[in-house]
Amino acid sequence: MILSVRQVVKKYSDHLALDHIDLEIPRAKIFGLLGPNGAGKTSLIRIINQITAPDSGQIIFDGEPLSAKHVDQIGYLPEERGLYKKMKVGDQLLYLAQLKGMSKSEAISKLKDWFIRLDIKDWWNKPVDDLSKGMQQKTQFIATVVHEPKLLILDEPFSGFDPINANMLKDEILAIKERGTTILFSTHRMETVEELCDDIALINHSRVVLAGEKAEVQNRYKQHIFKIRYLGNLPLELKGVEVLLVNGQSATLKLSAGISSNQAISQIIAHVDLLEFQELIPSFNDIFIQVVNETNAYE
Amino acid sequence: MHMNKILLIIQREYITRVLKKSFWISSLLAPVLITAIYAIPIWLAMKDKEVKRVEILDLSGLWKKSDLVDKEVVFVFTTGKEQDLKMLFASKGYDAFVSIPNDVLTNPKGVHIYTAKNIGMSLKESVEKLLQNKVRHELLLKAGISPQIYESTQVDIDSKTITVSTDGQETRSSSGGAMILAGIMGLVLYVTLLLYGSQVMNGVIEEKSSRIIEVIISSVKPYQLLLGKIIGVGLVGLTQFLLWIVLTIGLTQVTSKLYGEKVKNNLTQIKQIDSGKQGSLISKSEEESTMSEVTKVLESTNIPMVIAAFLFYFFVGYMLYSSLFAAIGSAVESATEAQQFTFIVMIPIILSFLMAQYTMQDPDSNIAFWASMIPFTSPINMMVRLPYGVPTWELILSMVLLVLGFLGCSWVSARIYRVGILMYGKKVTWKELGKWLFYKE
Repeated sequence: MILSVRQVVKKYSDHLALDHIDLEIPRAKIFGLLGPNGAGKTSLIRIINQITAPDSGQIIFDGEPLSAKHVDQIGYLPEERGLYKKMKVGDQLLYLAQLKGMSKSEAISKLKDWFIRLDIKDWWNKPVDDLSKGMQQKTQFIATVVHEPKLLILDEPFSGFDPINANMLKDEILAIKERGTTILFSTHRMETVEELCDDIALINHSRVVLAGEKAEVQNRYKQHIFKIRYLGNLPLELKGVEVLLVNGQSATLKLSAGISSNQAISQIIAHVDLLEFQELIPSFNDIFIQVVNETNAYE
Repeated sequence: MHMNKILLIIQREYITRVLKKSFWISSLLAPVLITAIYAIPIWLAMKDKEVKRVEILDLSGLWKKSDLVDKEVVFVFTTGKEQDLKMLFASKGYDAFVSIPNDVLTNPKGVHIYTAKNIGMSLKESVEKLLQNKVRHELLLKAGISPQIYESTQVDIDSKTITVSTDGQETRSSSGGAMILAGIMGLVLYVTLLLYGSQVMNGVIEEKSSRIIEVIISSVKPYQLLLGKIIGVGLVGLTQFLLWIVLTIGLTQVTSKLYGEKVKNNLTQIKQIDSGKQGSLISKSEEESTMSEVTKVLESTNIPMVIAAFLFYFFVGYMLYSSLFAAIGSAVESATEAQQFTFIVMIPIILSFLMAQYTMQDPDSNIAFWASMIPFTSPINMMVRLPYGVPTWELILSMVLLVLGFLGCSWVSARIYRVGILMYGKKVTWKELGKWLFYKE
């Protein structure tokens, strides 16, 4: 584990932002921190970045209690992000890299690499004011990763990116993961989660309401619904199988508890020629809405 | 490691400001203005020194050629009728024509000056002065008073002020010069406290409103950023002082080199004329006496001590106020929103400048004493008192209190700052600011 969050509590004067949060973030994985607005994601991220401190609980970073020296091993791209408008791109990145503990010469050579990589070689002397929004986002991304952190925290990284830049960012994130960096994603875009994340945790009302490996979580929430394609006439009465929808030569079925897929198939092939039998995995969007609604009702 | 990061912040704050055009404009403009204030009157005075020719008709016969010597006017005696002469002098190339009636001693209002065009007060004054001197001289003689006796009554009292300390040590001091020095130092502190304090505030607002702040404080602690910014801007202030001093000295040197010879010639000319005159009433030029006053102050004050105290009061006073300005900047999202809070920080600065006017009048009064002790008013008021002489214990007490005041203010400011920089979209009230003081980290 690169990061363990244990029983972390954070209380603000008027509300409880984090209520005994436990999280385990495995090394070299992409971890999705999900949750509706105001659930407590930003509070947790600020604690991991040591911008604020927890009221109680513990955070273990790379085997040690989190302390000031770890600041240089974390890269953070906040959701609301900005740059010094009057400074030149190169000077600005050099400054931010040095604040993360890099030496000047090291920072310059790494920055030059990134400038070539992201195809922005001639930006070094441009004032930030002259950059488009997409260009500024590239600059901010470089500032987050240039010091090669062990943990990269990205808060809604794709918001405001055009599709081309978003794709480029996705590729870079995957490349960074390949190099052994852990990425903590905070987002409520479920398509990103499905595409990129290995593990997820869902926070609602200051608590972790769902956590685990992505496939395992989806497994947990599958509702035994299958999609079939066939030739022939499918009878609507099958034992332990509810036909939800028939559409020409395909149908959606829900298996009752205790009926295995094999038992269902053997019934179906007695009537029709089965061409395809596929389980419908719940989307994270569905899971997100379901879990949030359940916990809201419980509250 | 942490020290390095603060140094980086100081460096950025310093370099970005020093590279701004506005910094150089204000650094250059002030010395140019100061030099101009010195140079323009001299230049104008010399420009005026173009010699005027005046024709004079003296019916009284009192004036001799040697009486009518002036650095700006050449007098030429003439004879003839006033009615004719007043029509002709201009065509003969004279700037003016003066007619003196023969009963001038009893009828001094009978003197007429005819001019071709309006040639200004200075010619009128120099003509009148010359005539007046002679008339007085004659009247004194008639009254039986010799010019020597008269002259001996023209005493100039120019007292020397001597400060006597309790152990009997005497220092020559000059309250006039002390006032000038005190006034300059008070004014410079007043301007710079406001100027650089609000620069710190604007820097904080810029970081908050551009949203770079969250990235920065994920690398450094808020207090490091605050400290780095305050020190960086303070160094910009010191750089500007230094530039002002160096450039002003340099420019005045160059100007006086340029004018120097001419001014010297003029001065010797004036002296010759003055000494050549009987019963001269011309006193020392005002500038000369001011200069000697300043020299006296410079002789009587402990310059290294005053400079050290000035730097101390500037830097600590600036740190105190700029930390408060920073706290305000952190609580708001725009400069306009800041206005409702800045007055509370500006009031003590303005108040101490107003108090300094009293302090200058009466540097040993109770008001002056307290104004130079209370941390908010002490930077300006102690610097104003210092040239008049302040007991060492008072100076030390005032410095200690200022440092304590700074520590208190920076504690309050740092606590507001760390909460404020991350607080968006909330209308901030005084009550809210008070609550922030007691937030946990």
